[in-house]
Amino acid sequence: MSAILQPLIENGRLWRGQGTAPRHDALPTGFDALDGVLPGGGWPHAALSEILFPADGVGEMRLLLPALATLSREGRPVVLVAPPYLPFPAAWIAAGVDLRFLQIVQAGEHDAMWAAEQCLRSAACAAVLCWPRQADTATLRRLQLAAETGQTMGFLLRPSAATVQASMAAVRIGIETGPTRLRVLKCRGGNPPAQAVALASLAA
Amino acid sequence: MQWACISFPQLALDDVLRQRSDGVAPLVLFEGAGSRARVCAANAAARHHGLHAGQSLTAARALYPRVNAVEHDAAAVERCHDFLAAWAYRYSSQVCRTFPGVLLLEVRASFRLFGGWPALQAELRRDLVALGFEHRIAAAPHPHAAMVLAGARDGCAIEDAAHLLDALGTLPVGRSGLDASCVESLQRMGLRRLRQLFVLPRAELGRRIGAQALLHLDRLRGAATHALEFYRPPDVFDRRIELPFNTASHESLLFPLRRLLRDFSAFLAGRDGGAQRFSLAFEHERGAPTGVRIGLLAPERDPELLFAIARARLERTRLPEPVCGLRLVSDELPAFTPTRRDLFDTRPQQAVTWEALRERLRARLGEQAVHGLALHPDHRPERAWRTHAGTDAPRASSVSRITNEPLPPRPTWLLARPIPLRERVKRILAGPERIESGWWDGADMRRDYYVIETASHQRAWAFRPAGDDGPFMLQGWFA
Repeated sequence: MSAILQPLIENGRLWRGQGTAPRHDALPTGFDALDGVLPGGGWPHAALSEILFPADGVGEMRLLLPALATLSREGRPVVLVAPPYLPFPAAWIAAGVDLRFLQIVQAGEHDAMWAAEQCLRSAACAAVLCWPRQADTATLRRLQLAAETGQTMGFLLRPSAATVQASMAAVRIGIETGPTRLRVLKCRGGNPPAQAVALASLAA
Repeated sequence: MQWACISFPQLALDDVLRQRSDGVAPLVLFEGAGSRARVCAANAAARHHGLHAGQSLTAARALYPRVNAVEHDAAAVERCHDFLAAWAYRYSSQVCRTFPGVLLLEVRASFRLFGGWPALQAELRRDLVALGFEHRIAAAPHPHAAMVLAGARDGCAIEDAAHLLDALGTLPVGRSGLDASCVESLQRMGLRRLRQLFVLPRAELGRRIGAQALLHLDRLRGAATHALEFYRPPDVFDRRIELPFNTASHESLLFPLRRLLRDFSAFLAGRDGGAQRFSLAFEHERGAPTGVRIGLLAPERDPELLFAIARARLERTRLPEPVCGLRLVSDELPAFTPTRRDLFDTRPQQAVTWEALRERLRARLGEQAVHGLALHPDHRPERAWRTHAGTDAPRASSVSRITNEPLPPRPTWLLARPIPLRERVKRILAGPERIESGWWDGADMRRDYYVIETASHQRAWAFRPAGDDGPFMLQGWFA
């Protein structure tokens, strides 16, 4: 293998049409079926992951909570930037999140993007969640670059309508309801699977 | 101790010239009004036309009618002196700006850092040329000697006492810093050089020239010390430039803007800080100034970077009227962290701690903007949580008390206050769960909670008042 190509393949910036993608360091999502189809075997480090969901309460947080629980137990802050609602502590504790490392940043729409970028870039956080409502491509690109420079995991939770917008995120997952299935729209380092992933545990 | 003296022979003139892009045109400073106006300084181009200090302004105008005449502003010169002290502070922690037109720096302590006097002197001169100040520099073991030498021999540096005495001895008494009447009487006595004074018996000399002059001579030689008052840099940068003309074009504002930001950058480097936010005010003849607030991701002090950012912001700003002045204010000057990283540090180079990040977020978003959450032992959802400002961890006892009870599942998201459930209810997944509490504190509550699946497959946590069959109130989402 060429010395130039090898790092590109390992970083997931280049992938081959066939054969298994190299398994490298990623954070398991907590759902084996989803880990199986994501190239790194989970949420990518130092990159944005995008969750597209049709409405509140369809499992968008249940999809993330196992990963957030793992990160918070490592003792670095998990930051929610301008969450749409208040996290109910009892539920988050039940999901295994260490509340001491859950931080909430209250901000308006414009400031929220600034705050998210600051958090991603600072490398002080384990993960940053934000809910951009009308983010343009330039903003998303800034967030992705911030996640790369800060080596922080970023999660964007966006309405399904944003599916058509081009995105810099390394992973894009759309939630489909009735029955609940996950459609991997994009995953850097591999071809997105044609089939949606059914997650019984997410629907429960 | 080794004292460097930087003397600014035309501080007032330089202060005016450096704010103008047409610095080579003849320009004079004048004092006084009307017919009593006198030229107090003239730049090189003006001197070339025969204009000089001491002339009346009318005479100067007669010699060269198109000369730019600017009124001498003592307060502006003081501000300029302050700015230079702030600049010098980066080369020495002991800077004295007590004497007019002169800065004194203790430099021995800085030799190791800057690589000796020649390198330090070169650096000082390079900075001063870039800032646009005429200067003379000399170094000597005593501050007063350095001042006298700077006036007489630019670039002279003397390290030991014997050489200093020789160098001072060759100076004419007129350059020794003694006052004019004393110099005159000494010259009448036939004493032309300081060397001749130094060999005279002290008591007799003192009787002739007075105690004050004797003290000055002692200070030159270091026999008497003078307690100097050292400069302390301020925590706020606030500088204003008056434009020589009113302009509405962005292009012509760039020169004063660049000058202002260079000063700002020199000030920041002097206090080893950076700027995270600063504001520019473009002043108009009428009406409120147009303000531009600039915030940065990280503290910066590179003048080119600051200029590029300010320029980008200026180009997007609409100026309603011509601008007559420019002001830069910054009172948020955090420590500047140069990009450096530990050999074994795997974190990225711009990494900051969570505490620093939290401060930065709070600075922009407000004091209450960043908070943690803690569980509060109460069954009522509105009271089952507490926010806390920072690092204080929730008490373990209260956590365990409530989590030990087998509670039905709780939603991930909680609405701050319940709203009517608008979505169509498809089916009830669980419930009712009666929550009845609070009769003792006035917030009595009797509710039956249900887990509801809506027609669009959302899972909601909603309640009805106990014993009521009415519409559901939405309290949370099982997201």
